[in-house]
This record gives sequence, structure tokens and C-alpha cells, in this order.
Amino acid sequence: MIKSDQKLSPDIFGDIKKAPTRDGFGHGLVEAAKADERIVAVCADLVESTRVEWFKKEFPTRFIEMGVAEQNLATVGSGLANYGKIPFITSYATFSPGRNNEQIRTTIALNNVPVKIIGSHAGLSVGPDGATHQALEDIGLMRMLPHMTVIVPADAEEARKATLAIAKTDGPSYLRLGRSGTPSFTTPETPFEIGKANVIWESENPQVALIACGYMVYNALLAAKELQEAGIGSIVVDNHTIKPMDEKTITSVAQKCGAVVTCEEHQVAGGMGSAVAEVLARTNPVPMEFIGVHDQFGQSGEPEELFAHYKMDVKSIVEAGKRVIGRK
Amino acid sequence: MALTDDVIKELELKANDIRISLIDMLEDAGSGHTAGPLGMADIFTLFYFHILNHDPKDPAWAERDRLILSNGHITPIRYATMAHAGYFPLEELKTLRKFGSRLQGHPERERLPGLENTSGPLGSGLSQAAGMAYGARMDGKKFRTYCFMSDGEQQAGNVWEGAMFAGNNKLSNLTAVIDRNNIQIDGMTENVMPVEPLADKWRAFNWHVIEVDGHNMRAVDDAVNEAKAIFEKPTLIIAHTIPGKGIKEIEFDYTWHGKPPTKEEETKFLKELRTLKGKIEASHND
Repeated sequence: MIKSDQKLSPDIFGDIKKAPTRDGFGHGLVEAAKADERIVAVCADLVESTRVEWFKKEFPTRFIEMGVAEQNLATVGSGLANYGKIPFITSYATFSPGRNNEQIRTTIALNNVPVKIIGSHAGLSVGPDGATHQALEDIGLMRMLPHMTVIVPADAEEARKATLAIAKTDGPSYLRLGRSGTPSFTTPETPFEIGKANVIWESENPQVALIACGYMVYNALLAAKELQEAGIGSIVVDNHTIKPMDEKTITSVAQKCGAVVTCEEHQVAGGMGSAVAEVLARTNPVPMEFIGVHDQFGQSGEPEELFAHYKMDVKSIVEAGKRVIGRK
Repeated sequence: MALTDDVIKELELKANDIRISLIDMLEDAGSGHTAGPLGMADIFTLFYFHILNHDPKDPAWAERDRLILSNGHITPIRYATMAHAGYFPLEELKTLRKFGSRLQGHPERERLPGLENTSGPLGSGLSQAAGMAYGARMDGKKFRTYCFMSDGEQQAGNVWEGAMFAGNNKLSNLTAVIDRNNIQIDGMTENVMPVEPLADKWRAFNWHVIEVDGHNMRAVDDAVNEAKAIFEKPTLIIAHTIPGKGIKEIEFDYTWHGKPPTKEEETKFLKELRTLKGKIEASHND
């Protein structure tokens, strides 16, 4: 049962369009920069694929090229923010916040300056590039840092809104983006607020809550529909803000359902699911299952092939849902 | 203010007072670095009391010159100099490295107004200074950005990413100073991992390079002024310094990189520095 207050796309289970979250970021950045002249974009030799080229075209004097130097990307970004700019530093997530993690820790998070870290090509859905480019650790790395806001948008429109939202905060932020197209199921009217999870599906008498982020939110919706058809009610949460997490909503859906499945394109150790477990262990412990990568690296392949192999496809979410209900 | 002989004498006496505060605070702290801070006492004094355009009563003044300290472990000399310059009371120096202190073992920007940056892990200060200088130039700001680095730090890759970036962007409002004291934790830099030929390396990265005696206030001041007159490139000043400068028995001794004086050593060192005061006065009265 799609929640009507979420104003989701009418095509949600039909012929739905796809767009990568990086596109939404590219549009959002131009929009944010029009409203705030302090915004600058810094990129480490990935102008086209991180969609920063749209900003560069619009604001050539506010674009700064780094070359292949991610440590410099973070530290020049720190200096720009310390001076008074709002820099969006862009690369692939394996390189930033991967390679430059210590620079982010010391010169951005501890220094507490408003650098906006944009990690594109995160998760298995990078596809054919293989394990070296499939960031599966970045949510964990970033959510461990004090001062850091961590957001994983579910589709391009949500990524656009998230970009506009982080442009307005005073602190550092991490925005995780994907390479491949994700179903565009939210609309400009869908609410978005940092730290406020969106309940997008709710059945009568729900027995399991599917809490997802990023690409996995749409898979969770499809799984909810399948479960419904099998007579099992559920709730689906688009848990886009990993930090600060919406503890109230997470606790409330766990209370209603009594069982939780978390779904993310990330190592299950340290990711969004772990963060949910940390909340529920305190507030309302319930049986949980974790959809994600279990202590393995990725590999080349098309996203759907990889999701099937790593048991992150719709079928695996449905099975996890039934399994966790059985553990109540 | 012209750097007359009288002014230099005052600055040298001030540097000696700051060294006295430094030895005192390091012994109180019971841990910390001694050699590097003593070696940079003259340069910090010259910057805070002569070169920098700043206001200790308004550390957030938007037009101030920025001084980024990249090698955060020598922060005791920055703290001591800032206290003498009026940023905070001298008594607070005794809180160095103590629980609840604004004077953390390595500097944290948010804890103490005027610090400009958080540092400790080496190699990342130059890029931060370059980011500030780049942002300032975008806005047509006139202030200058300075970055102090160590020589051992030149082994870190991030330094060269920053050097390449600043050179490419001709950031002439940025001046870096390397404390070339030849020591690092594991020994002499040229034995641990050689950084020479240092000047040639920086010139190859499109920097204007000046080498000076880091204890000669006039030479350092001249180099800073030369940097202001170079509009095509950022400038690097390689300041040759003596680690442990001012206390004969620890000068050039790399084992003093990362330890503080004991109570007995403190008494001995303070006595030597007080004697030095008379020598400075005498040398300028010749």
C-alpha cells in the first residue's frame, strides 16, 4: 500500500523511468549554486562521470580541477571551506572518502568545516568496473565521524533534493551516489528532510519492516508488493539519512512490525543496517536480517546479475522477510 | 614598521622570552616536542610580532593574514607565541596537554580562536593553505596565506599534490616556509628518507624558492617581502634552523624531537636561556 502522503510516481509499478542518482546531484548542484554564490565545485579528474560538468559549464570560474589527487581534493576543500566557501568535492567513493579518509577525518570532520563530499559510483551497481571501483565501505567510514551528515538518496530526484539540503547545512556532509540508473519513483512533491526517514509503503497489520537506502529502496518496494500478494503485510522505509538517523521512525516501525530487514548496497558490517541495529538494540530489539554484501568484495557484471549473486535482489529480500517473521 | 636593529633586538629578546615559556610549559605538560618548537621560535616571533597582519583581540577578523601550521606537533611554540602576542593569558600555557585544556597536544581549530586549522597527521597543511589562498583570490581579498611545514613532512605525498596545485594555479598570495632542521623522529632526514634536492624539487613544481638562515630575522623578513613582490608563482622559503636552538646541549640532537625536559633539565635550560638574554642585549649594544 503506497503511502499517498509521499506523492510518489503514478508509474511506480508500471513503466517507470530510470535515472542515476549522480544526475540528480548534477542538477541539484547547479540549482544550489544559483542560490548561493559561496558554492564551488572541486573535482579529481571525473568531471563528466560525476556530472560536475553541468556546474562547470554554468559557473566556469567557480569550478576547480584537482587532477588525480584525492588527498588534495579533501585538503584543498578543507581550506576553501575554512576561508568561507562551500565546496562540493567530487570523485568516486572508493577514492573519496576511500583513499583520502584520514584527510577527511582530520581536516574536514575534526576541523568541522562545511565540505560536501560527493562519492559517486558507490555500491555493486557500478557494475562492469569491478571490485576496485565498487565502494562497499564508505557509509561505515563516514558514519563513524563526528560532525558528519551521511545521506544515501534512493533516486535522482531525491539526490537533487539532498544536494540542495546539504548545501544549506553548516557542517560537513557525505552524499553517496550511484552510477547506474535507478527507478525514478519519487517526485518533486515527495517530502525530503535530512534526518527524517520516509515511510513509503504501509500495509494493514504489517509483520515486517523493510528499511532500505539507495538503489535498494526500489527493490524493497517490489519485495513489499510480492509479500503483500503472498498475504504478508509490511512497511517500507526509505532511510536516506544514515546520520543523524531518524530514531523515532525506525523505532516506531520496528514496534509496529516486530521484525526488520535492512537493505543496502554496502558491507553489512558497519553500514546502514548496523546503524539501525544500534538504534533498535537500545530502543526496541526485534529479530533482524541484513541484505547487503557479507564480508566479500564485488566483481564485474551487470547490476542485476550482481544483486542476484550477492542475494540482494527482490527474491532475496522476500525470503529474508519470511525468514525474519519466522524468528519472532 | 621598519625592521631596524632596535626592532630586531626587541624581537630576539621576545623570542628568548617565548623559549622560556616553552620550556616551562613542556616540563609542566610532561610530554610533547622540544627540538622543533625551539628551532622555530625566531620565525614564529617574527611572524606574530612583525609580519602578520592580525588582531589578537579579534581572531576572526575577515581580512587577517592566515597562518596554517601543517606540522601540528610543534604547536607549543605557536601557543607560547600567541599567548605573548595577547591571544590568551600566559598562565593558560600551563594547561598544555591537560584534560579540558584549549591547548590540545596537537592543535584543534575549534578549541582555540586564532589557530586557523587542525593538524597533526603530516602533509595536509599546504593544501589547506592553498585552498584558502585560492578562495581569497576568487573574492579579490588582499590578505596573504602562510603555511609552515617541517622537512620530514616532505616525505608525504599530499605535500606534493598541494605543491603541484598551487604552482599550477600561480597562487602568489601563498607563501610556504619549510623548517629545514634536518631531523625527524627516526633520525636525520637524509638517512631516514632523503628529501634533497629540496629547492630543485620545489622549483620543478613552479614555485619561487628562497633559502635563508631561519634564525636571522632580517633574512627571513626579506624573503617574505620578496615573496610579496613575486606575482607569477607561490613562494617557498626554506628556513635552515637548528633543532633545539638556544640550548646548546640539545641542539642538533634528534632524540629531542619528541620528548619534554625533566624538572632538572628545565632548571638548567631556563638558566641558560636567561643567560642568553644578556648576550642578546650585549650583541646589539656593540
